[in-house]
Amino acid sequence: MESDSKQSQETLREPQPSLATIGPEKAFVAICRLAVALPLLLLVVLVVDAVVDGWPRLSWGFLTGYPSRNPEIAGILPALAGSAAVIVLTAVMAIPVGVGAAIYLEEYTKPGRLTSLIELNISNLAGVPSIIYGLLGLELFVRAMQMGRSLLAGAATLALLVLPAVIMTSREALRTVPYSLREACYALGADRWQTIWRVVLPMSLPGILTGIILSVARAIGETAPLIMIGALTYVAFLPDSLMSPFTALPIQIFNWVSRPQKGFHTNAAAGIVVLLVLMLLLNATAIWLRVRLQRRVNW
Amino acid sequence: MEHALKTPRETSSPDPTRRPQTVVRPAEESGTPQVKMRTELLRAWFGPTEVLKGISLPILKNRVTAIIGPSGCGKSTLLRCLNRMHEVVPGARVEGKAYLDEQNIYEASVNPIRVRQRIGMVFQKANPFPTMSIRNNVLAGLRLQGVRPRSPDELVEKALRQAALWDEVKDILDRSGVSLSGGQQQRLCIARALVLEPEVLLMDEPCSALDPIATAKIEDLIYELRNSYTVVIVTHNMQQAARVADFTAFLYLGELIEYDKTDTIFRTPRDPRTEAYITGRFG
Repeated sequence: MESDSKQSQETLREPQPSLATIGPEKAFVAICRLAVALPLLLLVVLVVDAVVDGWPRLSWGFLTGYPSRNPEIAGILPALAGSAAVIVLTAVMAIPVGVGAAIYLEEYTKPGRLTSLIELNISNLAGVPSIIYGLLGLELFVRAMQMGRSLLAGAATLALLVLPAVIMTSREALRTVPYSLREACYALGADRWQTIWRVVLPMSLPGILTGIILSVARAIGETAPLIMIGALTYVAFLPDSLMSPFTALPIQIFNWVSRPQKGFHTNAAAGIVVLLVLMLLLNATAIWLRVRLQRRVNW
Repeated sequence: MEHALKTPRETSSPDPTRRPQTVVRPAEESGTPQVKMRTELLRAWFGPTEVLKGISLPILKNRVTAIIGPSGCGKSTLLRCLNRMHEVVPGARVEGKAYLDEQNIYEASVNPIRVRQRIGMVFQKANPFPTMSIRNNVLAGLRLQGVRPRSPDELVEKALRQAALWDEVKDILDRSGVSLSGGQQQRLCIARALVLEPEVLLMDEPCSALDPIATAKIEDLIYELRNSYTVVIVTHNMQQAARVADFTAFLYLGELIEYDKTDTIFRTPRDPRTEAYITGRFG
């Protein structure tokens, strides 16, 4: 009896660590921890480096100034305004089309070969390099549709770029609405239209909004397609119409980095800080919206 | 026609394939209840699988009819065929006839949405709308049908009282419908169905996820409801069928084996399969 209890106590105790007991799990966890630490570390290095380099130039004047040959007095106002205008236009174009396509694919199509072909193509489009979208935008919007190197052409190109992501995240969100709720709605004598508007969309709204913001936030940092369609690199005026030439933050940064003078490199670093802050703000808004709206939709 | 099942557009252009309807309305007698619904050789499929093999079953007005049978016998499918919810599932198909007040609800000119407005349904798993408050959950059916009630608060109170939930929620009507317990959520779903004043109420194992106290409340409720509604309840709990139902139908492998007064089914079943099931030898 006594020896029995002693033995069972023994088996509960952690065995002495030896090379054999370290085992594959601990090694795996260590690798995973490293995998988390690495990107975090890179992000910190990037932010610290940019802030340290750009700090001397970060001021109100930098945000409200126009580009100049003199790096000391050069500012990013046209680029900031251009980015803001492009993003708003992109969202205006991409949201209705993207959410509409998602609703159609998720709620109206019957599963079949054509549907899966469309689905496959949309996920492929999400992985197409952005410079290809730039080429498409150049050919389609700038040349064929004669929009020129305008704000509208830039936004249309970026809208195409983010569309697959908007469609996929919106579908994901629509899919989270349980079938039982659609059923409940039908059983109350509602048709499909009412079910979508009154039950499915309100419930998937947090997910759809988050997806939209994250997709659009990605577009704000895109440089290649804008260079491709010919956004200007030196703009000393604010965009005043849809057809006006423009520049954007990443392009301004790209321009400054490629200058030989040291002062412009400082400007580039300051511009990077502004861009990072903008993206963080957008992402934070997405998280805030999701939490806020989901509190209403907790089940 | 006060309760036309057809949409107005469809009634103005009659379907040439439709045979003239003779509406039979037997006189109400206190002794013999009227037939509210009946199915005639009703068959249903999920894809290639035939789950109902020709069911002919009467459902009497102001009575509770229970559908019992082992899992997979088609009892839920039969219930869902009664308000045309079966066909909502992709790949599902129905043949045969089901009559509501002697009108075939599977006729081509009948709008399934109108059918569902007259025949309410409560599901196995409580499914209140998470984006709506308790009050708005009760009113959801009316709102979805585009009805603007003159005194919504009275309707909400009446329906919640009928569902035996009013006292528990009267002070928290603006809270989310999913903040309630499972049993309360199920009674909320019953209130949501009752506010539409359906003629028939279909209940698909409404107590299967509930504890005995919540179950007892809902069973009392079903017993009360038979005064003003016709109730069809699917249950895998035979004691429940015996407690609440006036009539019981036993389904086995997609066929109606026996239908009779609940007492008869449980005391002197005619078919050996019925007897085997109710005595717990299979299922």
